[in-house]
Amino acid sequence: MNIVNQLQRQFIDFSTSLHREGFVDDQFTQLQKLQDENSPDFVVEVVSLFFEDCEKLINNMARALEQTQGVDFKQVDASVHQLKGSSSSIGAMRVKNACISFRSFCEAQNREGCLRCLQQVTHEYSLLKNKLQTLFTLEQQILAAGGSIPVVD
Amino acid sequence: MDADNKVRRKEVLSSMCDERARMLQDQFSVSVNHVHALAILISTFHYYKNPSAIDQETFAEYTARTAFERPLLSGVAYAERVVHSEREEFERQHGWTIKTMQREPSPVRDEYAPVILSQETVSYIESLDMMSGEEDRENILRARATGKAVLTNPFRLLGSHHLGVVLTFPVYKSKLPTRPTVEERIEATAGYLGGAFDVESLVENLLGQLAGNQAILVHVYDITNSSDHLIMYGHQDEDGDLALLYESKLDFGDPFRKHTMICRYHQKAPTSWTALTTAFLFFVICLLVGYILYGAAIHIVKVEDDFHEMQELKVRAEAADVAKSQFLATVSHEIRTPMNGILGMLALLLDTDLSSTQRDYAQTAQVCGKALITLINEVLDRAKIEAGKLEMETVPFDLRSILDDVLSLFSEKSRNKGVELAVFVSDKVPEMVMGDPGRFRQIITNLVGNSVKFTERGHIFVKVHLAENTKPVADTKAENCLNGGSDDSVLLSGAHQFKTLSGYEAADERNSWDSFKNLVSYEESRYDASINMTVAGETSQSVSLMVSVEDTGIGIPLIAQDRVFMPFMQADSSTSRNYGGTGIGLSITKCLVELMGGHISFVSRPQVGSTFSFTADFGRCKKASFNETKKPNTEDLPSSFRGLKAMVVDGKPVRASVTRYHLKRLGMLAEVASSVKRAVSACGINGSSCGSKIQPDIILVEKDSWLSGEDGDLSLLMLDRKQNGHMFKLPKMILLATNITNAELEKAKAAGFADTTIMKPMRASMVAACLQQVLGIWKKRQAGKDTQNGSLRSLLCGKKILVVDDNMVNRRVAAGALKKFGAAVECAESGKAALKLLQIPHSFDACFMDIQMPEMDGFEATRRLRMMESQANEQMNGGDTDEGLAQKSEWHVPILAMTADVIHATYDKCLKCGMDGYVSKPFEEENLYQAVAKFFKVKPISDS
Repeated sequence: MNIVNQLQRQFIDFSTSLHREGFVDDQFTQLQKLQDENSPDFVVEVVSLFFEDCEKLINNMARALEQTQGVDFKQVDASVHQLKGSSSSIGAMRVKNACISFRSFCEAQNREGCLRCLQQVTHEYSLLKNKLQTLFTLEQQILAAGGSIPVVD
Repeated sequence: MDADNKVRRKEVLSSMCDERARMLQDQFSVSVNHVHALAILISTFHYYKNPSAIDQETFAEYTARTAFERPLLSGVAYAERVVHSEREEFERQHGWTIKTMQREPSPVRDEYAPVILSQETVSYIESLDMMSGEEDRENILRARATGKAVLTNPFRLLGSHHLGVVLTFPVYKSKLPTRPTVEERIEATAGYLGGAFDVESLVENLLGQLAGNQAILVHVYDITNSSDHLIMYGHQDEDGDLALLYESKLDFGDPFRKHTMICRYHQKAPTSWTALTTAFLFFVICLLVGYILYGAAIHIVKVEDDFHEMQELKVRAEAADVAKSQFLATVSHEIRTPMNGILGMLALLLDTDLSSTQRDYAQTAQVCGKALITLINEVLDRAKIEAGKLEMETVPFDLRSILDDVLSLFSEKSRNKGVELAVFVSDKVPEMVMGDPGRFRQIITNLVGNSVKFTERGHIFVKVHLAENTKPVADTKAENCLNGGSDDSVLLSGAHQFKTLSGYEAADERNSWDSFKNLVSYEESRYDASINMTVAGETSQSVSLMVSVEDTGIGIPLIAQDRVFMPFMQADSSTSRNYGGTGIGLSITKCLVELMGGHISFVSRPQVGSTFSFTADFGRCKKASFNETKKPNTEDLPSSFRGLKAMVVDGKPVRASVTRYHLKRLGMLAEVASSVKRAVSACGINGSSCGSKIQPDIILVEKDSWLSGEDGDLSLLMLDRKQNGHMFKLPKMILLATNITNAELEKAKAAGFADTTIMKPMRASMVAACLQQVLGIWKKRQAGKDTQNGSLRSLLCGKKILVVDDNMVNRRVAAGALKKFGAAVECAESGKAALKLLQIPHSFDACFMDIQMPEMDGFEATRRLRMMESQANEQMNGGDTDEGLAQKSEWHVPILAMTADVIHATYDKCLKCGMDGYVSKPFEEENLYQAVAKFFKVKPISDS
């Protein structure tokens, strides 16, 4: 019981810090609310989908931006748009914000800026992935310890 | 003139005639006197002397020597009176017998008068009895009875055969008593002296001495016997100017005989020049007048002919015009039918598997076909109008929402150009009017379309107010000028700005703030009275509206302004090259305006802009029919904002009014502040002084005002915000912008503005959506857990919903959210997949469709789906109904667009593609509920 309480507090602290630091926003909370007994792994499922998607898109963009001449900004922009859509869907706020500035560089066809943004997006993405993995691990631990996942408002 | 001439001629003739008569008379009397003297000589020397001192010789000599005294007398002779008793004695004494004129011995008579003395020239008459000649006898008798010279009738003289008269003087033997009787005279008579006047040569001679002899013709007549004039001189057959003659009396001293002289001109009077010239002139005048009349007649005939010809041509032209219109109508119709086929087939072709090149070709063909259809529709409209076949609908419609719709059509274009597009409708304009919404929309679309086409900077401003309101505005405007005009001129960064919507100069000053302000304030001042006014206002059946569309485009060149409304006329040929279009739009617009009972006019200045204004009459709509007749396409504005207070911060008063107008439509109370600083002081968010001042729920800040405002003001706002502490009371700050860069957006967010920016052109529905987005979250926070969760669940429970999104994550999230409310969700990852799933018959209750998808976007997928549905519906209505289909009356799956940016997703475009609404992505419960509630409202009731 002690362990469960401790884990639960840890979970709450962690998710509050995620919110505070802007990794996730309300949308993520909403997503968590959607998870119920009918779909117990909803959040994990969606988030892993997101990560897969992200990796694919980041790779695409990186490939596109590798060219020193004739970068297909349209394609990059489409990818960023996709990424922005997904990130806003799961409430990954920092990734989303990174995407917004990314798009403006795409519009300006600024390769340097794009590369910088890509780097930032990649960075934010890996950060978020780590954070969420930690969060999910905590969840697993709580569940394994027989506790329920607290609702963070 | 001629009369003068005649008179003068007559005078000349009379004077000449008188002169001749007098001379003749004088000469004659001279001769007579001489003969008289001769008679006295004879009486003295023949009778008083005894023996006689005169014998034949003496007499002959004397008379010969004195003949010069008697130029007119051919000769003189003396005959003695011999009675029959003395005859023998006498004959014996002289030695010859008395002979008659015929030189025969005289028969026996009472008395004889044989010539005893004679001038040599007439010696042949010696011894002839003068009394044997009838003439002479009479003469002799008369002469001795009167004692005076007497004349015979004219007769041919014996010697010369000239006409002549014989003059006879009596010679008395003794001296007569002073008053002798006739018997005494006869008794005393001793003999008779006679002389023959050769009148002919006398007159001839006389006339020869006078001037002008040739000019006149003289006749001398003996008129003793008035019935038979005896000619004495002149040829009977000579006829001069018979028209004019003059008669002078002649007195030759014989009272018994009367003579007269008749003169006439030899030649007729020469016709006068004046008469000639007059006649000639008259002739010429007659000729000219005749010619003129002739010319006039010819001209009249020609004009009449021309007129008839023109009439015929006119009839033919009109017939041709009618034929042309009919032809256009027919042909347009005939073209439209196959064009629809072409477009349908192209749509079907695009459905099939095409390579990207093929798809591109087909899509191009489809776009061109659509453009062609639009043009044909325009031509058909024009033809219909010309043929007078265009009829106006009269249905109630919401003018404001139509204006919003039109604006939304052009919002994309105007935003790309950076042109501000705005609409303002006066409060006095009724909410619903009766008229033809389609045609009204067409007019506005045409005008705004033109403006958008020709405007690269500045603004396009559509303004609607009552036509009668223009007058007081003009008055107040004049007043304003008298008062010294604008006292608070807008100066931004040193450069003068015009007080129009965007600050650019407009062609027509009527829309500038000076007058606009008056219009607005005028309306507000009447607002109180409007309660009374409406009673009067409602009674009139029609309302006349004045609509003006102002732009700051390139304007219309002055030379082209006359033909702006002529069909197919553009400013110049380069216009269609640069801007496209056929130039038919404005002429249609004009016709439509006229059909609406109004007229259209424009003011335009090249390089400044154009303002098109038109009036139109609409019917007032009875309040009772509002709800029933509301058209399905009119957007319902949410009423949730009613009573909210807003503060508009905008340096440009016209633009601020537009913003306020939209807020008012949402039922909000709006205040205007010209700068952030003023807003801060007016709002009273500055600490303690909030009591008396208004507390706005929302502050709308125009981008320009925000950018030009000092950072201090904003930080002040921010500071207040933080100090105030209690979060819920704080107003939301929203940015208004025509276009905004991401950097600016970031900066705005940093400055404390809400995430959502209201992009112009503003529309009430769009503003509502934005406010909902901004305030919705805020409300949720305020109200805690949403109570609508349950009801949303009841709506969606058991429904089969298709979610279409290419983004896997989004799809999963949306599906999860919908599932949570009890819906059965299926997913499709592309438009094509969705279409496959939605092949009729299907069992989906609704479809959530992402708009931005590769290959086939949400709009296109919806269009195709609707096409499929309509085909299915046709088949169903046409043929026997299938069992499965029979349950549903018509296929129509509600489709909701899912989009991340609510602002850009124009409601209009969604509707146009056949969508039923849109929801923001990611889902928000309230938003979702509102959208879904529209379709599923009835069903839960029927289910339960």
